[in-house]
Amino acid sequence: MIRRAPRSLGEHAPILFPALMLIVFFVIPFGLMIAVSVARRIPGGFYEPDFVFANYERFLTAFFGGVLSFSLELAALVAVVAVGIGFPFTYRLARLPRAAQVRWLVFLLSILSLSEVIIGFAWSTLLSRTAGITNLLVAVGLMAEPQSLSPSFGALLAGMVYQAFPYTVLVLYPALARLDPALVEASRTLGASPAKAFFTVVVPSQRNTIVATLIMAFVFALGSYLLPQLLGRPQHWTLSVLITDQAIYQSNMPFAAAMAVFLVLVSLALVGLALLAGRKEEA
Amino acid sequence: MPRWFHSLLAGLVGLVLAAPILVVAGVSLNARRSLDFPPKGLSLSWYAEIFTDPGWRGALVTSLVVAVLSAALAVAIAFPLAWFIWRWRAPWARAFEVLGMTPFILPPVITALGFLSFWATFDQYGEPWTVVVSHAVFFVTLPLVTLSLGFGAVDRSYVEAASTMGADDRAVLRTVVMPLVRPYMISGFAFAFVLSLNEYIVAYMVAGFTLETLPIKIFNALRYGYTPTMASVTVLFVLLTAAVFGLIARFGDLPRLLGAWVRPD
Repeated sequence: MIRRAPRSLGEHAPILFPALMLIVFFVIPFGLMIAVSVARRIPGGFYEPDFVFANYERFLTAFFGGVLSFSLELAALVAVVAVGIGFPFTYRLARLPRAAQVRWLVFLLSILSLSEVIIGFAWSTLLSRTAGITNLLVAVGLMAEPQSLSPSFGALLAGMVYQAFPYTVLVLYPALARLDPALVEASRTLGASPAKAFFTVVVPSQRNTIVATLIMAFVFALGSYLLPQLLGRPQHWTLSVLITDQAIYQSNMPFAAAMAVFLVLVSLALVGLALLAGRKEEA
Repeated sequence: MPRWFHSLLAGLVGLVLAAPILVVAGVSLNARRSLDFPPKGLSLSWYAEIFTDPGWRGALVTSLVVAVLSAALAVAIAFPLAWFIWRWRAPWARAFEVLGMTPFILPPVITALGFLSFWATFDQYGEPWTVVVSHAVFFVTLPLVTLSLGFGAVDRSYVEAASTMGADDRAVLRTVVMPLVRPYMISGFAFAFVLSLNEYIVAYMVAGFTLETLPIKIFNALRYGYTPTMASVTVLFVLLTAAVFGLIARFGDLPRLLGAWVRPD
């Protein structure tokens, strides 16, 4: 079997189905969304094809500016916390015996796959008055009576870090699993304490991985669409929530599509940066 | 970092990750219709309700059917693509690979909105089968990644030996390649299955008003107040998800699937 360029139609045939599926059900929907973003809205929930930028002009309002800056700040905070905890955690995870690693990975994957609906429900229960952790504080005498901690900014942050953490660990995992143990051994032999070896050898050697992971976690957190509704207050709504709200409840597809196009551009630019940072590491 | 620090960190992380699930599991055991923790009285009736209440049972069945069909379709899209890229020297085909990775990296709301525009334009909005196709394309990334790894791990000398002995492409695929990549294919299917089972936003935007999957049902129920059934459904989902990943780990190489190199030892 020689690996050469395919020539005949028969040799090309296998890629036909996947290519068709991806073009019809991903490229075309994407194109349609861009088309809808410049469509003209007809009050009452419909829109007609046009080429207007009215939907994009709404980005200039203070309301949108507020939602956008809150979304970016929240996502940045979530990314920093998730990577800050995730990096030392993953470093340790990648050095555990294989069986223990597998158990952790199954656990992390299970949390990662959980529906946002379930994460939101679980956290609002954990922070509720009747079943929440404040009951524990009351039991040990630190608090007079149980109270509800959700909705609040803290609840939202906790939920979003919870959601982003397994993702962060799995993005960090390949790089840290491949990290040459000789690096740390050398610094230890030369007399560095474990903490010093970690901060002066491991962290600097993984600088680009950390940058790439921060960006990926940031994009991941930008995508959270339900937790701000379930764990936050209305002022904690993010761009993803606003898009859903405009598309479904306000029936303003053109505006929702314009915001989505904007979110795509931001995300793609960031993912491009992350790939660039990751590539530098390999070189 | 000293070892005790790492152990402490791992312990805390494990505790925080498990805490919401444990509380929900406790709540699901309440005897009465309340959300108390620790539970007041023990009862498994909320688990029984998932299967006896037609609403919950229907949503569970819908979710399972959608997840099985969409995961199968995702594999059917990913397999020929991954095979083609492995078999032929065709750099342009990588464009389709990138295309298959994109929906997974972008915020899900974007893909959901794209599908909503698409199905609405072609007048299929709300049709149950559109959810299957949407999920298959949304999650095609997972079988694509596992299958690319799987094909990458096939030793080409086996393939050459087989073709020297006169096996054509089809025979090589069936007798040599297929048995080697099967575990990766099953893992890809399982990943897509679990994620489809838990997916909310795409299903909701595409057919949320006509088709009730379990996450949609939970979300709708949340608006009318919390019941212990949501807790029992959540526990069921966590167990199902963990069981699927446990099986992948049992029959496949999970660290390798997630990007760690195989240790030489």
